[in-house]
Amino acid sequence: MPAARPDAITVDRLTKRYGSTLAVDDVSFSVPAGRTLGLLGGNGAGKTTTISMLLGLLIPTTGRITVLGHDIARNRFAALARMNFSSPYLSLPARLSVRENLRVYGHLYGVRRIDRRIDELAAELDLAALLDRPAGLLSAGQKTRVALAKSLINRPELLLLDEPTASLDPDTGDLVRSWLERYQAESGCTILLASHNMAEVERLCSDVLMLRQGRTVDHGTPAGLLARYGREDLEAVFLDIARDRQPRGAEPPPHTAAELVAEDVMDAEGRA
Amino acid sequence: MSGSARRIWGLMYRHLALYRRSWPRLLELAYWPTLQVLIWGFTSSFFASRLAHAGATQPGAGAIAIGALLGAVLLWEVAMRSQLGVAISFLEEIWSRNLGHLFVSPLRPSELVAALLGVSFLRTVVGIVPAALVTWLLYHYDVLSVGPVLVLFVINLLVMGWWVSLGVLSVILRHGAGAEAFAWSLFIGVTPFAAVFYPVSVLPEPLRWVADALPASHVFEGLRAVVATGTVRWDELAAASALNLAWLLAAAWLFASQFRAARVSGALVSIGE
Repeated sequence: MPAARPDAITVDRLTKRYGSTLAVDDVSFSVPAGRTLGLLGGNGAGKTTTISMLLGLLIPTTGRITVLGHDIARNRFAALARMNFSSPYLSLPARLSVRENLRVYGHLYGVRRIDRRIDELAAELDLAALLDRPAGLLSAGQKTRVALAKSLINRPELLLLDEPTASLDPDTGDLVRSWLERYQAESGCTILLASHNMAEVERLCSDVLMLRQGRTVDHGTPAGLLARYGREDLEAVFLDIARDRQPRGAEPPPHTAAELVAEDVMDAEGRA
Repeated sequence: MSGSARRIWGLMYRHLALYRRSWPRLLELAYWPTLQVLIWGFTSSFFASRLAHAGATQPGAGAIAIGALLGAVLLWEVAMRSQLGVAISFLEEIWSRNLGHLFVSPLRPSELVAALLGVSFLRTVVGIVPAALVTWLLYHYDVLSVGPVLVLFVINLLVMGWWVSLGVLSVILRHGAGAEAFAWSLFIGVTPFAAVFYPVSVLPEPLRWVADALPASHVFEGLRAVVATGTVRWDELAAASALNLAWLLAAAWLFASQFRAARVSGALVSIGE
């Protein structure tokens, strides 16, 4: 059995309370380095709150988060320098050109030889023709590719993606997913992905964490969840969980990161 | 360049790039200070000539009055532009929905503030220099005639603008972008007590303590002394500097506490909404 990789993210009994509302309720999980965890759940399930706490934007009510070996409560900036984030709900300054925007973030993330890095990303993400255009004049697909370039400017070891392909046409969405797969294969980067696109989750994620009303309701590999719920695709599993239907399969849920890894290895061996 | 200096420069570069691409923004920087100088210059020239015509002033008194008034208008614009420079640069991040990207980058809050202060300084210089040139060309008043002490006056007013803007940023962090009107209105509310156009002694007794608590009132008392008698009031400058230090520390504490409160309440996530 292969040795378990060190965890890029460890979340221990995380809770976030706003007054009498529990947005995140005693959530624990870990993500081994180099893997992709899908964070799934309906609207208001606690995905964005969890990601915000991982990024240090929100202070948890209780619980502990360790990212890339750094305790987020004490040393979040050391972790932030080695990770990055992309969301279609954030924009880059519209009047600045793509190149200027990438330069800004190159400086913020301490990237050496920024212009060379921008040229690399432009070549890989097909942005060369867009570099000198104002970011505000780009199409939704072009903006997504630029946002992806921004999130990769520092060659992150951990990438947090909030619905990275929302509002993209199928072709552009597929290009983005392919690029993420390639980047992860080349860099060994860990990815945490929040998405409502179940096909995307099945394709990209090695592990899935299902949230409902702030609580973890299930977790496992995509294949493991399909087997447990006796379903053909994750969309049906998502609906079972969202509507509180009991699993129809026989497999109990795994409980630790090591068990998730073991389950994934067994899946891989089974596929082989 | 150290990591911290690079991050500060990175955010300053973002704003400089914005101004390079937007001449209306650049023009607006000089528009208000120049307009103020024009209005007050003609007003003071008119009154000075009427008083001289009526024989109500000693020879040269009109020029001194114009100098004191225009010098005060220019210096008050320094404080106003300094405050607006910080607040508007922060609001630019909210308007462009970029704040989330900044707050999840390694940019520390102290570095964010340092960059905003740097941008504010540059904006102030770009805004004030044309107004000072207009004052010299139209009214033959050279603000540099105040002497080297002018530098200390300007520094004190820049710093006052900065701590007021930290207060504005704290209100925005607490109440969201809906509180952005404070960026324009708060400093105007301070003007009656800042003794810009008249001495503190003109104010009613109960309001003088408000004026005394503001560094600006001490700067302008000092400016009037220099213009009228050529004497540097070091006591007023010392009071202005001490008050600025105290207010700056208080504003920095307020900003830091509101930033943390926004991370607890979730306001940092939804600040632009």
